Amino acid sequence: MSSSCRYCFYRDPLVLNDLLGRYYFGFGNFMERDYDDIPGTYPLDSRTYRKGYHVNMFLMSLNNVECRNKFAADEQAYLDTFRITEDQKRAVLDRRFLDLLKLGANVYYAFKLISFDRQPPQVMYGQMAEPRLTFDEFQQMMTDGGRPIDGNRSIKEWNDG
Amino acid sequence: MAKVIAGMGTSHVPGLGAAMDNGKTQETYWRQLFEGLQPLRAWHRTNVPDVNIIVYNDHATEFSLDSYSTFTIGVGETFKPADEGWGPRQVPNMSGYPNLAWHIIESAMAEEFDLAVNASMDLDHGFTVPLSIAYGQPKEWPTSVIPVCVNVIQHPLPTALRCYKLGQAIGRAVASFPEQINIGIWGTGGLSHQLGGERVGVVNPDFDKKFLDNLSRDPLANTRISHTEFMREAGCEGVEMIMWNVMRGALEDDVDEVFRLYHIPVSATAYGAIILENK
Repeated sequence: MSSSCRYCFYRDPLVLNDLLGRYYFGFGNFMERDYDDIPGTYPLDSRTYRKGYHVNMFLMSLNNVECRNKFAADEQAYLDTFRITEDQKRAVLDRRFLDLLKLGANVYYAFKLISFDRQPPQVMYGQMAEPRLTFDEFQQMMTDGGRPIDGNRSIKEWNDG
Repeated sequence: MAKVIAGMGTSHVPGLGAAMDNGKTQETYWRQLFEGLQPLRAWHRTNVPDVNIIVYNDHATEFSLDSYSTFTIGVGETFKPADEGWGPRQVPNMSGYPNLAWHIIESAMAEEFDLAVNASMDLDHGFTVPLSIAYGQPKEWPTSVIPVCVNVIQHPLPTALRCYKLGQAIGRAVASFPEQINIGIWGTGGLSHQLGGERVGVVNPDFDKKFLDNLSRDPLANTRISHTEFMREAGCEGVEMIMWNVMRGALEDDVDEVFRLYHIPVSATAYGAIILENK
């Protein structure tokens, strides 16, 4: 990796996005998937890929120690070097992890932010969980055998209580 | 000719590596798991192949939205542990085995498996944690390695059947490799777990047990599971289990199951490990 961060600088994917959007994802973007009825689940697919491209690349940049230092020095200024939306920026600054997923981030990329904060991942898991759990409560749920699969397979099951 | 002696499946939870790196394995949370792993480690002390082919996935470390191939094989002479956001794990570098890696590439390509070739990928917890599980904390690793990275995070993913067929292709490549060396093949990741969203923490012991049973006795049953079924039944990230199919495909049809461990929880994950020996 060169002295400048690989992902820090403005990378213009306009051409890519435009081509994908017009010729491939134009309809695919809105296409339903058979996993859409799994509740509270945000897989990385062609829809989230486009929505979350920049915020995920920001998150991934935190793999690099120079980028982490820049982010630590001034979070807002570092975020401004990426072409991400104001909603995404605020979610990053506020560490609202569930909102980040809803805005296109993927959990494997979001790990970089919780690691940057030197927090255990259970803090992030608990914050995303329904209902919201503290670190200790999340640990306890897992020690008690984890969230049961029964009742958690589909949105219908959730709605039916 | 080279010979596959055995396959291992194991979860690759980063917390496991951190527990070993930070000397926490005797703490209450970890003690039972690491005691359960003693027979696995004993097996690895007496069954050291020349090369381990380790099937893993990269977690937004080396590959990303910019470029993520379905299957990537490492042909480097050495591989370094990756910086995933908290600095690289303090574990030894890993020695590659380019001769066999290239033979697999050529042999698989002739069977219409097009593997992406990478010489410099740093290896994240998906790769280094299984090594630590098997070999503890040595000054250097006892075997050479060949990394095989599978895209299990950016849909569309390879099917469970495709993964099994890749394993078969790797098995045939090993069998036609002219050096007299022993090979281990590892599938990593899983078992049931979900790390993101409101459903985070879901696990499914019944699904996992069936998957492990099938691995031993009816491996083709595990090739008929769709991604949606994996995600619904075993959690969004449980789909990593398709990587165990690569391992299984490289083994013979009939195997001896010589070790199995299942433990909840490791972080947000149902931990599973299995060792299958070719007869």
